[in-house]
Amino acid sequence: MNSLLNKLARGLAAPVLILALWQGICALGWVTPQALPSPIAVGLKWLEYVLPSQPYDGNQSWLMWALSGELLHDAGGSLWRVIMGFGVGFVLALPLGLVMGANARLREFANPLIQVLRPIPPIAYIPLAILWFGLGNPPAIFLIALGAFFPILMNTMAGVSQVDSIYLRAARNLGASPGRIFLKVMLPGAMPFILSGVRIGIGTAFLVVIVAEMIAVNNGLGYRILEAREYFWTDKIIAGMLSIGLIGLGIDLAMERLNRHLLRWHRGMQ
Amino acid sequence: MALEFQGVAQRFQGQGAPVQVLHSVDLSIAEGEFVCLLGPSGCGKSTLLNAAAGFIQPTKGQVLFRGTPIQGPSPERGMVFQEYALFPWMSVEENVAFGLKARGENPEKIRTRVAELLAKLRLTEFAGRWPRDLSGGMRQRVAIARVLALDPPCLLMDEPFGALDALTRRSLQDELLQLWAELGKTVVFVTHSIEEAILLADRIIVMTHRPGQVKRDCKVTLPRPRDPADPAFNALKQEMGQLVMAEQHAFEDAERKSFTAD
Repeated sequence: MNSLLNKLARGLAAPVLILALWQGICALGWVTPQALPSPIAVGLKWLEYVLPSQPYDGNQSWLMWALSGELLHDAGGSLWRVIMGFGVGFVLALPLGLVMGANARLREFANPLIQVLRPIPPIAYIPLAILWFGLGNPPAIFLIALGAFFPILMNTMAGVSQVDSIYLRAARNLGASPGRIFLKVMLPGAMPFILSGVRIGIGTAFLVVIVAEMIAVNNGLGYRILEAREYFWTDKIIAGMLSIGLIGLGIDLAMERLNRHLLRWHRGMQ
Repeated sequence: MALEFQGVAQRFQGQGAPVQVLHSVDLSIAEGEFVCLLGPSGCGKSTLLNAAAGFIQPTKGQVLFRGTPIQGPSPERGMVFQEYALFPWMSVEENVAFGLKARGENPEKIRTRVAELLAKLRLTEFAGRWPRDLSGGMRQRVAIARVLALDPPCLLMDEPFGALDALTRRSLQDELLQLWAELGKTVVFVTHSIEEAILLADRIIVMTHRPGQVKRDCKVTLPRPRDPADPAFNALKQEMGQLVMAEQHAFEDAERKSFTAD
């Protein structure tokens, strides 16, 4: 218990120091609030952003009212896009990566194309995305899917091709059909790589969703940050950024747990 | 005959010149026989075993199992690898059940068969553990249980105890002999330990250095259980030692030559 408190104290030391410094600079008037509002102002703005904007009127359910804050609405919108886009990217990349990892000829065939497309940042597709899908959610989901697609594809491919051939020989020797070998040997054997691809893919999806919302959509955290800039609400910009950080952290922690569960057999995962 | 090698030759395309691994091997192994393939590294004994398993097709000649040419791997010739090759993402139990599930047995039958094998190899308390939690000896017991689950008439063992410490090795050798006596399976066992070969085999096939061929086909008539301290055991060990060491020296010379040639 004591060591936990210690760890917490050490972890909080740096953020507290920064906040104190930041508050000091603002209190001394070295910067205008428009360039950098004080952390307290940002905190208050964040609360205002989270809490419902209207007083409870009794017509709706209490829970609906409690969740009607602008931030929750925006975060929900962003998360929904990330999940949809990531889902599309994942569903396309995983089977393709598995097949290409297992089939050297297909890999040779598709590799040049992939190597050219892979380095193009999803952001560069924005104009095309708008031309193809118009405005709103479809181009955003397209861009996020694209951002998640390549890391998952590349990692799945690498994962499948690094599965030790001795496992394949053992499985064939035990009479497993190609389908069973694929599902029970190649897929789990590639899992450590696939999961690290998924993690990178989610990171990219998050990056892309913010940019996509700044351009094609009119809600979500990205949109809100850009909107706040137009009104010079610097405190709201920073409150939005912090929210993005917190959600990212939450997703990463959830991924960590998923990793631990799926790779519980793996060396070094205790 | 359980296994027949007929003029088996194998050549591999390495980087540069192709390597002739097996010259021309003729060898018949009877049902229920325990045969050890003995020779230095690079004599092609594992290649011979891989051909019997159906993992590779010989460049020339053929391998017959019970009179039929071997086309590919099959559970009737169960392979035990030196590196165990247990699926690390499956528990001990799931590893042993793998072949039975692949064969489509019903879950009830799989459960009883797996429990029976775990008991036979004294693995019951490890049923739910991951392979990574087990010692080398226990892992190899799991691997043996995994092939035995399918009741193969023939076991192919590729230096199965090569990575184990001396004591674990002795204890597994004893267990294997017991299983063999009880189950009456044909065993082809690759090793480079002369003592291991004499301890286990009905018949020892000494192989020459690359390109490998049969140098000596020797029946071991010592009564079982065999005692390494027995003078007759030692005499045979001396004789085999001379045969194998001659090949070991040829192997070392060839390795030196290949380096000076570079």
